[in-house]
Amino acid sequence: MKKMNEIRVSIVPCSADPIIYDDSRCIGCNICTQMCQCDVLLPNTEKGQPPIVAWPGECYYCGACVLQCPVEGAIRLEHPLMNRTKFVEAIPAPSDVE
Amino acid sequence: MSEIKWPYANEFGKEENIECDVLVLGGGMAGCFAAIAAARRGLKVVVVEKGAVKRSGAAGTGVDHWESACTNPCSKVTAKEIAEAYVDEQDHLSNGIAHYICCEEGWDRLADMEEFGGKIRDTEDEFKGAEFRDEATKLMFAYDYENKFTLRVWGKTFKPAMHDEMERLGIKICDYTEATSLLTAEAEGKKRGAGAIGMNVHTGKITVFHAKSTVLAMSRPARLWLFNPDLTGLCEFRPMQSIGSGHSMGWRAGMEFTMMEKSVRAEFSAAGSSFPPYSTGNNHNTWYAATMVDSRGVEIPYLDRDGNILKTVSERYHPVKGQKFFLKGGVIDEPKYEYRGPETMPFDELMKRGYKLPFYADLSRMPEEERRVIWGMMIGNEGKTKVPVLDYYENRGFDPAKHAMQVYGTGWTSASFSDDERQLFGAPGGIMHDWDLKTNIEGIYASGDQLFGSDCAGFAAATGYYAGRKSAEWAKNESLIDYDRSQVDEEIERLYAPMYVEKGYGWKELNFALAKCMKNYCGAIKNEALLLQGLDLLKSYREEVVPQLSASNPHDLMRTHEVLDIMDVAEMVMESCRLRKSSSKTLCFTRSDYPEMDPAEDHHFITIRRENGKIVRGDVELDYFGDLKTEYEKHNQDYIEGGRK
Ligand SMILES: Cc1cc2nc3c(=O)[nH]c(=O)nc-3n(C[C@H](O)[C@H](O)[C@H](O)COP(=O)(O)OP(=O)(O)OC[C@H]3O[C@@H](n4cnc5c(N)ncnc54)[C@H](O)[C@@H]3O)c2cc1C
Ligand code: SF4
Ligand code: SF4
Repeated sequence: MKKMNEIRVSIVPCSADPIIYDDSRCIGCNICTQMCQCDVLLPNTEKGQPPIVAWPGECYYCGACVLQCPVEGAIRLEHPLMNRTKFVEAIPAPSDVE
Repeated sequence: MSEIKWPYANEFGKEENIECDVLVLGGGMAGCFAAIAAARRGLKVVVVEKGAVKRSGAAGTGVDHWESACTNPCSKVTAKEIAEAYVDEQDHLSNGIAHYICCEEGWDRLADMEEFGGKIRDTEDEFKGAEFRDEATKLMFAYDYENKFTLRVWGKTFKPAMHDEMERLGIKICDYTEATSLLTAEAEGKKRGAGAIGMNVHTGKITVFHAKSTVLAMSRPARLWLFNPDLTGLCEFRPMQSIGSGHSMGWRAGMEFTMMEKSVRAEFSAAGSSFPPYSTGNNHNTWYAATMVDSRGVEIPYLDRDGNILKTVSERYHPVKGQKFFLKGGVIDEPKYEYRGPETMPFDELMKRGYKLPFYADLSRMPEEERRVIWGMMIGNEGKTKVPVLDYYENRGFDPAKHAMQVYGTGWTSASFSDDERQLFGAPGGIMHDWDLKTNIEGIYASGDQLFGSDCAGFAAATGYYAGRKSAEWAKNESLIDYDRSQVDEEIERLYAPMYVEKGYGWKELNFALAKCMKNYCGAIKNEALLLQGLDLLKSYREEVVPQLSASNPHDLMRTHEVLDIMDVAEMVMESCRLRKSSSKTLCFTRSDYPEMDPAEDHHFITIRRENGKIVRGDVELDYFGDLKTEYEKHNQDYIEGGRK
């Protein structure tokens, strides 16, 4: 008889940190884990603790987890640094400058 | 890498059986509406969704505009006009049936959405007096303010509202369950759908769904040419979960597809090659028609279709004198003269005239309402924009009244891809169907982005509801059909196989290899010899690598299944490319061995399916759907007379 692998999981890191939990605010309700369509987050087996970002590289950056979180500021989403758009003070039209 | 404890039950080896009338696979915009249509007809409905219905799918966190809602009370165009324009725009290699349904019923679905609690009107009068707002209905419009057939909507509210309505209607929702294959049987000499098999992606439990009819709503393939093992979730435009499983299971069951040879140079993704959609300065879709300036602050002119410079912001939103309407957004890139709307001066011309890079979108120069509607209302309700764009940049201090947002690259996609990096985008191929949105397999219907020539949220909602309606009518008169149990046993063996390989290939390695295979052998320029090489490589992967795929938890197992599905789709795409023995501008399809562009004898749909391991080709004439309005009315009297529900 073939033997099935035991269920094992560890965090699969990537070059970015899409989801950041604020331990002091998160109540560990796991709503974010139940809303993530990409199944990126795992509930923490320690009750009341923030979920675990098990597969950060699979994050689609949709923001559903943040939108559905009942606690302001408990979870933050941020794109990888390379995706930060530059913005500047609006440049006056040349004719306005004179 | 520290090991963590698996938080879910281990249910490998467990099996559950669920019976229903209508089974919906995929709980995005199309699938949810399909389920609602069938449940409203009193049927027992089950939805299988790989993510969580409340926020899943391309429109999970929002959509900001709803195209082709031609029957809304303010519209000055008819469904016939716009649907026929779309078909003509794509040289008739277009899904006339689905476009007509979208144009005729898209508004009905928005009205439904409002009933469910979604927001489609400016009820708070935030934009009172704006040119794009109709004062009586409080509806707001985008693009063509004259004809008012594309609405601006608060799409962030949509999925949760639909989810609650589905619960109210008693629809059974199976979240975090991947559908993996279709069950089929024979009845009266014809192949017929009998349901599907699925696996819970948290526990490994198998569910066998036995159904009278099935609606496919699992979106379109992805990760065929584009793969990034680091930021995998960002390597395509559509959600990570949607990689064409629906196409794969259809292919395995003998379903017929068309236009699968069409692919475009990649435009959208946000891994290394581009910025996240709508997060940079641009003037398309969500950002239409933002004022653009160069680095000296000189405004970039908008031109009408004859090249005349437009003087006011308002003119960017109106057809030119003598033109009834213009098409914009979604799949419309550079429309034919007849449908062409206002656009900024072409990039090359700007360079010739000495405009200086980089460019910026400068909303501060726009009328206040136009500024607020783009930054705030649209960016804020578009998919993936509320949290990572609107909130993020506002936290960083961005104020659209004071700042300008940089544009990257030459176009609005803010991307740079090579020609060999391709995507199924711009109304790509998909499932072939008839006027009931029925596939070539009895009892199986298709909808949304799974259909050929699909494009937008209104299209998904309208075709989803329509497929739900038709599949319900069919299921009402049918009973459950028995299927051969060996299908289930073989599928379980296939699904669990990687869990029996202790050390082997991970899913990413194979996905990366497939993407390279597609770039090398099925890139911008196709050629019989290269396509055969590609198919041969796939075959070797199937024989040597697939048996060595390894997974050690249900989540990774799901990702492994995805790559197997991607491999099926890759095969279908390459075989489809082999069938078309000429090149086609409309299909963005170039063959070095058959360079002739769009010869008359090939200008039609080529269909493909696989039967007993053999490729079966079909040839279907353009406009096979007949006169759109006439045929629609013939097939939908009950709907038209039954209150459009
Ligand atoms: C960022 C973004 C912004 C957009 N903005 C607009 C817009 O403003 N206006 C507009 O008209 N269109 C917009 N679109 C396009 C539009 O959202 C889609 O065309 C439409 O939502 C497609 O609906 P669908 O139901 O066919 O597919 P989806 O909504 O993608 O749903 C497919 C569902 O199937 C599920 N699934 C996949 N495989 C399986 C499986 N094996 N088993 C079970 N479930 C499975 C997925 O998890 C997903 O929930 C946007 C798309 C994106 C990505
Ligand atoms: S981040 Fe929010 S949703 Fe997630 S567990 Fe914490 S409180 Fe709950
Ligand atoms: S942003 Fe979207 S994909 Fe990423 S963790 Fe949150 S819900 Fe999941």
